[in-house]
Amino acid sequence: MMTTYPTTAAVSVRDLRKAYNGTAAVDGVDLDISTGEIFALLGPNGAGKTTTVEILEGYRRRDGGTVEVLGTDPGRANQAWRSRIGIVLQSTGGHDDLTVAEVINHFALYYPDARQPDEVIAAVGLDDKRKTRVRHLSGGQRRRLDVALGILGRPELLFLDEPTTGFDPEARREFWTLISSLAHDGTTIVLTTHYLDEAEHLANRVAVIVGGRIVALDTPASLGGRDRDHAIVRWHGADGRHEVTTAEPTRVVNELTTTFDGEIPGLTITRPTLEDVYLRLIGDSTTTHQTMTEQP
Amino acid sequence: MSTPSTLPARTDGSAGTSARRPNALRIGLARAALELKVFFRESAAVVFVFLLPIVLLGVFALVFGGDDTLFDERTAGIDFATYFTPGMAAAGIMMVSFQTLAVGIAAERDDRTLKRLRGTPMPPMAYFIGKIGMVLAAAALQLIALLVVAVVAFGVSLPTEPAKWATFAWVFLLGTAAGTVLGIAYSSVPKSAKSAEALVVGPLLVLLFISGVFFVFSDLPEWLQTIGAVFPVKWLAQGMRSAFLPDEFETVEVSGSWEHGPTILILGAWIVLGLIFALRTFRWKRRDDG
Repeated sequence: MMTTYPTTAAVSVRDLRKAYNGTAAVDGVDLDISTGEIFALLGPNGAGKTTTVEILEGYRRRDGGTVEVLGTDPGRANQAWRSRIGIVLQSTGGHDDLTVAEVINHFALYYPDARQPDEVIAAVGLDDKRKTRVRHLSGGQRRRLDVALGILGRPELLFLDEPTTGFDPEARREFWTLISSLAHDGTTIVLTTHYLDEAEHLANRVAVIVGGRIVALDTPASLGGRDRDHAIVRWHGADGRHEVTTAEPTRVVNELTTTFDGEIPGLTITRPTLEDVYLRLIGDSTTTHQTMTEQP
Repeated sequence: MSTPSTLPARTDGSAGTSARRPNALRIGLARAALELKVFFRESAAVVFVFLLPIVLLGVFALVFGGDDTLFDERTAGIDFATYFTPGMAAAGIMMVSFQTLAVGIAAERDDRTLKRLRGTPMPPMAYFIGKIGMVLAAAALQLIALLVVAVVAFGVSLPTEPAKWATFAWVFLLGTAAGTVLGIAYSSVPKSAKSAEALVVGPLLVLLFISGVFFVFSDLPEWLQTIGAVFPVKWLAQGMRSAFLPDEFETVEVSGSWEHGPTILILGAWIVLGLIFALRTFRWKRRDDG
């Protein structure tokens, strides 16, 4: 799918810095997220993902750099700005004694142009839980309620911090469809996730953050030179398994078709998965980071 | 659970900027209604906050009641139920305002309800309007229930003079205001929802004991009276007695007076102090949350 973005940036970050007790959590991050884009932020725990996102959401103050979210500095956000964004926090509780419908109907009052509460409940798949108290929802159902509250105000920009934790595979697929449809209607989405298949499925671009810095930023297909990496061709020959690592898998397969009559037994061609690339990126960066700190 | 995971697109194509702007008072009142609903759905709140003063009045009246009367050597005498009704009113006000808010807000901070609210366009003032509205409504309902039980079950007679009810009104408002701002301020003390209950209910119970709510205040040792007189509950209870008891009981007070002037001053000082602390300490996030 080829997508073209308007030139306006939903998020623009330059040299963002934030330290806790003298330790840098975010150490010079630059980001540009276009309107209508689904942007995923990946990184190990403690890499600075949540700090970065919460600065963009207006929850935390930055120490340095410039940040513009929907044309406004989130450090000086007002209610009008908050009505244009949607936030799904990493973990939220509360409202245990209210029903799903009561919570959604109430939060709808906060927004100048809220979606129909019933439509939102249906969209996150809580239709049959409308009259259930939040206390009695499963973890995954609570997460759907969080998502419902995030999209209730028709946000132009939606932040999702590990949104599908606790979802079963089917619920995750449904969630992906929902997010894609929101993006299709022009909502910009900033997503942090631990699930690389989720980033690969949803995101137009992926940034990997390690030690407070962005170490790679590209489309999921090209991240870390993944598209240029050598492919591995495997098949079963008469004398057992064969494996060839090659920059030209097509040529290898062409040659094999002349050797075999018809189907090539057990043929697979694989490129490194996003997970392979990701683990390599965070492994490299951690090593580099350690080396750097050892030589002051 | 199969679902249609799509949402209809914006129908009018506008950005909705011209739509009605959320208003702090309107949302605050909606929050008050929601908070009241939650209050009465929580069985612990209903039993230990709403009903407790009424149950205690019943227990005192049945255990100490009978034919005995208090102060009959100095006055016409009064039965236990009549004497303790104002004290239970004061205890109820403190539980509904101070205890409910200190425990409730600490829990909402801990489970990140507050953080979520802060990320919406809800005007921050609406949150406080909601809390104040909830406290006023719950305290008023509790007082009505308490007075109905006192009159119907224990034959307590209520004052008929308008001046007494005017006294009741300002004592109720000052006491509720003090309990509310101090509850909001104190909610920053517990580090977690788990510790909140103990850290709030324990000190409040001690305070109620030394404020002449469960005993006749003048029966307390003098040094405890002095400590009790520093805190607002003693003055709230004394103010309630001045509203509900006949004026001949003024002589039974430690100072021999209802002390309306000092009551207004001291409750007022606690309201100002509580407000300052509440404004300076209120956080939408947990302490460990950046």
